[in-house]
Amino acid sequence: MALARVFSIGLFGLSGTVIEVETDISAQLPAFVLVGLPDASLAEATSRVRAACTNSGFAFPSKKVVVNLSPASVPKGGASFDLAIAVSLLGAMQTIETPTDDAVFFGELGLNGAVRAVPGVLPMMLAARSAGFARAFVPVGNAAEAALVSGIEVLPVPTLAELVGYLKGVSSLPRIGAVASALVAQGVAPDLNQVIGQGQAVDALIAAAAGGHHISMIGAPGSGKTMLAERLPSILPKLSLEEALEIAAVESINSDGQREMALNQTPRFVAPHHSSSMAALIGGGSGSPRPGAVSRAHRGVLFLDEALEFNSAALDALREPLEAGRVVINRSAGSALFPARFQLVLAANPCPCGLYGVIDRDCKCSIPAIRRYSGRLSGPILDRIDIRLTVQPVSIGAAVGLGGGLVSSETAATAVRAARAAASERLSGTGYLLNSHVPGPVIRRRFKPGQAVVAELDRMLATGRASMRGYDRCLRLAWTLADLDGATTPNREHVQRAVAMRGSDDLMGNQ
Amino acid sequence: MTDSRQWLGRYGEDRACEYLVGQGYNILDRNWRYAEGELDIVCSKDHTLVFVEVKTRTSLATGHPLEAITRSKLAKLRRHAANWCAKRQVANSQVRFDAIAVLVTGGRVQIEHLKQVL
Repeated sequence: MALARVFSIGLFGLSGTVIEVETDISAQLPAFVLVGLPDASLAEATSRVRAACTNSGFAFPSKKVVVNLSPASVPKGGASFDLAIAVSLLGAMQTIETPTDDAVFFGELGLNGAVRAVPGVLPMMLAARSAGFARAFVPVGNAAEAALVSGIEVLPVPTLAELVGYLKGVSSLPRIGAVASALVAQGVAPDLNQVIGQGQAVDALIAAAAGGHHISMIGAPGSGKTMLAERLPSILPKLSLEEALEIAAVESINSDGQREMALNQTPRFVAPHHSSSMAALIGGGSGSPRPGAVSRAHRGVLFLDEALEFNSAALDALREPLEAGRVVINRSAGSALFPARFQLVLAANPCPCGLYGVIDRDCKCSIPAIRRYSGRLSGPILDRIDIRLTVQPVSIGAAVGLGGGLVSSETAATAVRAARAAASERLSGTGYLLNSHVPGPVIRRRFKPGQAVVAELDRMLATGRASMRGYDRCLRLAWTLADLDGATTPNREHVQRAVAMRGSDDLMGNQ
Repeated sequence: MTDSRQWLGRYGEDRACEYLVGQGYNILDRNWRYAEGELDIVCSKDHTLVFVEVKTRTSLATGHPLEAITRSKLAKLRRHAANWCAKRQVANSQVRFDAIAVLVTGGRVQIEHLKQVL
C-alpha cells in the first residue's frame, strides 16, 4: 500500500502541536500536492523535497503524490516539516520502511539533500517530549540545542541519504558527544566595580536586584545611566537550569536556526532601541507570533534607554507584562503565550537638552518644554517603578579622587542572594517570591513593621507628601533594604532610605 | 516539428493503438484534426467513449512522459473531445479521458496506461 505516516511538530508561538504527515501515492498523472493549510514557505516544500530526493539518489515517483498535514485546521508554516515530508514520501514509495510512531522529524531540506537547521527546535522538542515521543531526528546544526531537553533521544541528521541509510539499518548517524555539561555556558556581564563614584546609584541598583524592583534613572547625558543598567544582570542571581531553558526556548524561536545554542545561565540584558515598534517590544509579527523584547528579557533586565522617546502606545503596552509576567498575543489562529517577567530599567534625560537640574550647568529648555517632555511617560507605567533615581554626572576631579569602584559584582550578588533568600522565606505561603511582587494591601496588613518605625511614613502620608501608592512602595523598599542588612524587620533608617530612594511621585523628582 | 520527432510520435501512437486493441478497445478515430487542435486517439469499450492523449519518449532525461501532460493540456483535451462529440453527433455516452506513456528505449517499448486522468 502506497501510504505512509510520520510525525512532526508545528509551532504556534511557544506551544507545539503534533502534526501527522501522511503521504499517499496513486496512479494518476504525476503531481505533488501538499494539503493541510500550509503557508507560502511550507507550500514550497514540494520543490525542495522533490529535488532533495532526486539528488540523494531516490527516483521521484511519476505518480500523483498527495501529502496531508493533519490536523488540517491548524495553520502550518516554515520549512521544518521538509524532513518529515521526505521520510513520509520515501515510506510511501517503499524505499524505506515507515519509521515507528515513537519518532518525530524536524528539519529543512536543501536541494542537495542536506538537512539544515531550523528555528524553534527547543520548544518543538519540549512539545515532542510531552506528547510522549521517544526519538527525535533533528538537523545536525540543532542537535546540541535539542539535547538540552532530557528524556528523549536525539538523533542528528546530516543528510537525507544518511538518514535513509540509518532507517534501513545499513549505516549509523553521527553521535552527539558528551554535550550535557559543555552546553552550559556562562555569559560575561560587566562588573559593578568598574563604576566610579555613584555610591547612591550602586546602592539603589543592589536594592533593585534584591527586591526585584523596577527602577528609573534620570540624569544628564554621560552620567552613567547605561553603564549602571548594564551591570544589573551581573548582580542578579544566576538562572536555574529550568529558567535558562525557558529563555532558551524563546531565543530558539527567534534564532535563525544556524547557530548551536548553549544554555546560558546569566540573566539577559535586552536594550531595544527607542524606535522599536509595539510588535518588536511586546511580540507579534505575521504568521506564527514571535516573542518581543519583553520576552527576550524574561528573568533578566529590560533596559529602555531614552525611555521618553519611545512610542507612547508601545510603552503603554508594557503594562500587561509588567502586571502578569507574560504576554498573550491573540490571532484568529489562536493565542500565543510568551513569558515576560523582566526587571524594568528606564533611563531618560531630565529635559530635551539634558541639562535640567545638573549641578554647574545651564539648561536651555523652557519650563513647558520640560513638562511636556516628562509627561510622556504614562502614570500607570510610572506607578510600577519602585525606585526613582536621579543620577548626577561624576566630575573628572571627583573621579580621579575616588579611584576604583566600591563594590564588586560578586560581593553585591552574594548580598542580593541572601536578601532574596530572606524575602522568599518570609513570603513563603503567600505565593510571592520578591518584595516587589507583593501587593500593597498584603504588605500593609501582613508585613507592617512596628508602629514606632513607620511613624515617619505615617507622618509623610498625613502631610500629603506621599500618596497611598507611594506609601506601599516605600514599605516594600524598606523591607528589601532590611533584607539586605540581614534585619528581621525594617528599622527607622531603612524607612528613611526607602523614602529617599523612592523619590517623588513625579518622574523628574519634582515634589 | 522535425521529421524524426514526428515519426516518433506516430510510432508511439501506433504502439498505443496496438495496446488498446489488445485490451479490447475499439478504435474510432486517430489524429483527428480540426481548426483548434488535434486528438490522438478516440476509442470505445463497454459503452464508454475514451479520449486518449499519447506521449512518447526515448529517454527519461527530460522527465517521465506523463509529466509532460499538464493541466492546460488536459483542459484542451476536454475541449477537443466536446468538439469531436459535436461533429460526430455523439451524445449521451459515458466519456473518459486517459493518458498513455510510451517509452522507447533500445528497441524495447514500455507502455503505461493511466485511466481517468481528468
